[in-house]
Amino acid sequence: MPLDRTKLTRRSLLGAAAGAGALAVVTGASGGGDSSEAPTPEELAREYPHGPLHSGARGHVDAAANGFDPDAILTDFDGGTVTTLPGGRTLRTWEVVAREKEIQVAPGVSFLAWTYNGRVPGPTFRATEGDRLRIRFTNATGHPHTMHFHGIHPSNMDGIPGSGPGGLVEPGATFTYEFDATPFGLHLYHCHTFPLATHIHRGLYGAFIIDPKTPRPDAHEMVMVMNGFDTNFDGANEVYAVNTVAFHYMHRPIKVRRDELVRIYLVNVLEFDAINSFHLHANFFHYYPTGTSLTPAELTDTISQVQGQRGILEVRFPYAGRFMFHAHKSEFAELGWVGMFEVT
Amino acid sequence: VTTEAKQAHRAPGWILAAIPISLLAILALLLLAFDLPGLDRNGPPIEDVAVERTELRPGVIELRVRNDGPDAVRLAQVVVNDAFIAEASLPTEPIGRLGQATVRIPYLWNEGEAYEISLLTSTGVTVAHSIEAAAETPKADAGFFGLLGLLGLYVGLIPVMMGMLWLPFARRAREPVVRFLLAVTVGLLAFLAVEAVVEGIDQAGQGAQSFGGASLVFLGALLAYVAMTGVDGWLRRRRAGADGWRVALLVAIGIGLHNLGEGLAIGGAYAAGALALGAFLVIGFAVHNTTEGLAIVAPVARERPRLRSLVLLGVIAGLPVVPGAWIGGLASNPQVTALLLGVGAGAIVQVVQQILPALRPSGERRGLEPAIATGLACGLLLMWGTGLLVG
Repeated sequence: MPLDRTKLTRRSLLGAAAGAGALAVVTGASGGGDSSEAPTPEELAREYPHGPLHSGARGHVDAAANGFDPDAILTDFDGGTVTTLPGGRTLRTWEVVAREKEIQVAPGVSFLAWTYNGRVPGPTFRATEGDRLRIRFTNATGHPHTMHFHGIHPSNMDGIPGSGPGGLVEPGATFTYEFDATPFGLHLYHCHTFPLATHIHRGLYGAFIIDPKTPRPDAHEMVMVMNGFDTNFDGANEVYAVNTVAFHYMHRPIKVRRDELVRIYLVNVLEFDAINSFHLHANFFHYYPTGTSLTPAELTDTISQVQGQRGILEVRFPYAGRFMFHAHKSEFAELGWVGMFEVT
Repeated sequence: VTTEAKQAHRAPGWILAAIPISLLAILALLLLAFDLPGLDRNGPPIEDVAVERTELRPGVIELRVRNDGPDAVRLAQVVVNDAFIAEASLPTEPIGRLGQATVRIPYLWNEGEAYEISLLTSTGVTVAHSIEAAAETPKADAGFFGLLGLLGLYVGLIPVMMGMLWLPFARRAREPVVRFLLAVTVGLLAFLAVEAVVEGIDQAGQGAQSFGGASLVFLGALLAYVAMTGVDGWLRRRRAGADGWRVALLVAIGIGLHNLGEGLAIGGAYAAGALALGAFLVIGFAVHNTTEGLAIVAPVARERPRLRSLVLLGVIAGLPVVPGAWIGGLASNPQVTALLLGVGAGAIVQVVQQILPALRPSGERRGLEPAIATGLACGLLLMWGTGLLVG
């Protein structure tokens, strides 16, 4: 169902750079970096007579070193291992391991993340309404953790302290969460261990998609988890992003085709800030709050979400070119939550 | 065996003195060579970076930073007013302990606006630095030297010289009046020392703390006190001139050292755009420092110093503001300013100690006369009151 992302060619990269003059300059300026080779203030002032054109990070994050790539996270929907139960129901099983992992959330800025399967956000679980889901969760960290799914399920599968053995999975322990996929829509999962703010903002969250029994129309689909990182642990975010790496989709615009249906599964897990938002430039999208209805609630170019809120966006880009998307909160955007679509 | 033979077998004194030092050196070498266990600090790296100097030019903000913590720090990103700046240039190598580095940020800053700069280190620690009101950093050209030089003359040399014009009055005055003037002088100087220590501690709090922070003020003060005591002893041995002249020279040196530190502070504030230059400030400083002139001439009221000597005293006391302001405007850092303010305070304390005996009528051994105590209080209040003009 999901389309594979076109491999980025050298030509497309050059084109991208040319398209955003500022970005080309960014790459050039951050390449040298050595203060001895750095341009003098006067040279800089000549080079940027109007100052920097966009906010942006110096350099790039090495996806290989991080162990996950925001480009891949857009589309790596994980349907699990599929078997059929007696009676014909589909059973999907996943193995999830919680691990501590040092990741880069902005170029050169590392963050000791707590991860599901070594990535932030965790795997994007995908099932069809009515499937039986079985998630075998092992805690390989030094703290107790849980997996708390949004959805409809019995209380002993809720993954909160006091709900039974799944409510506090001790270091080294394993617990299997099992429940039905319902209702259809876009949901999320996250750790629900005290202190909650720490366990969530450290990276223990992910998207959870339940497709309706009659699938939605074919589309170019992608997942965006809006998150942030409190790198100095002062109770406020220093870095904002979609899919973890600040400014990633500015450096690597998301490539889509003119007039094709683009479907974005948008989840907000941002800790510490009350509200996050999504704004798309020069285009309007249909918005399906929580994805629980097949009828859109709104045609708009800006929506807001509190923590845990999510929704599905559907858009067709009538024009080729580069279209920015970002939090319509300037601070979040300029601290990393900004990206580009490249429409061809 | 005779005593002489015993002494011949004894090791020379310097070898005995060298034994503990040698053992200490061997111990240090062993610790370093074998990296003995248990000496490593536990826990995550401690990252502490101080911003020592801020320069603003059109379209550019430049910070001079110093690693003020025990571990090397790698700067990764620059954020100005909640926006990442990709074009900022940072050192590619980590900054070592006490190392310095320059951060250049292209940014269209606006005059008078506040900026919050945050340097993000590789571990996600933030180094916060506030620019309270942006103003262009003066360039080190002829105009800069001229302006600060002129300011130094207004604030230092001219008022001190004017204050010295109290000499004819002091000379004509009767002996109790001269002692009263000396008491006023002591009060003035004592409060000057207090001010210097307070400002020095304030300065020391602004920069890197690894060099000792506020203890630099007291280091400077103690060194100056010792040095001034040495100068005093040297002058006494040379019996250069009369006793009053010697005290006046010491007072001039003490005030000169103080004014050097004051000049640094003025220059630094000017470079940072924090000094509102204006007639009021100059008048305030002038009134404030005129009283310093009185302190110099009071000890020589009963003598007949030559005009040339008096001018020399005035120059020693008042001129150091000029080089102080230049250095402060160009390359001040808070630690040096704090140290020099301490030096001024220590020198003044030594001078006060010199003058104190002259406050009593000769041969008198009892406590201070009420008039002298009043003089001391007047001096303290006068220096405090004129200080208000400077703000």
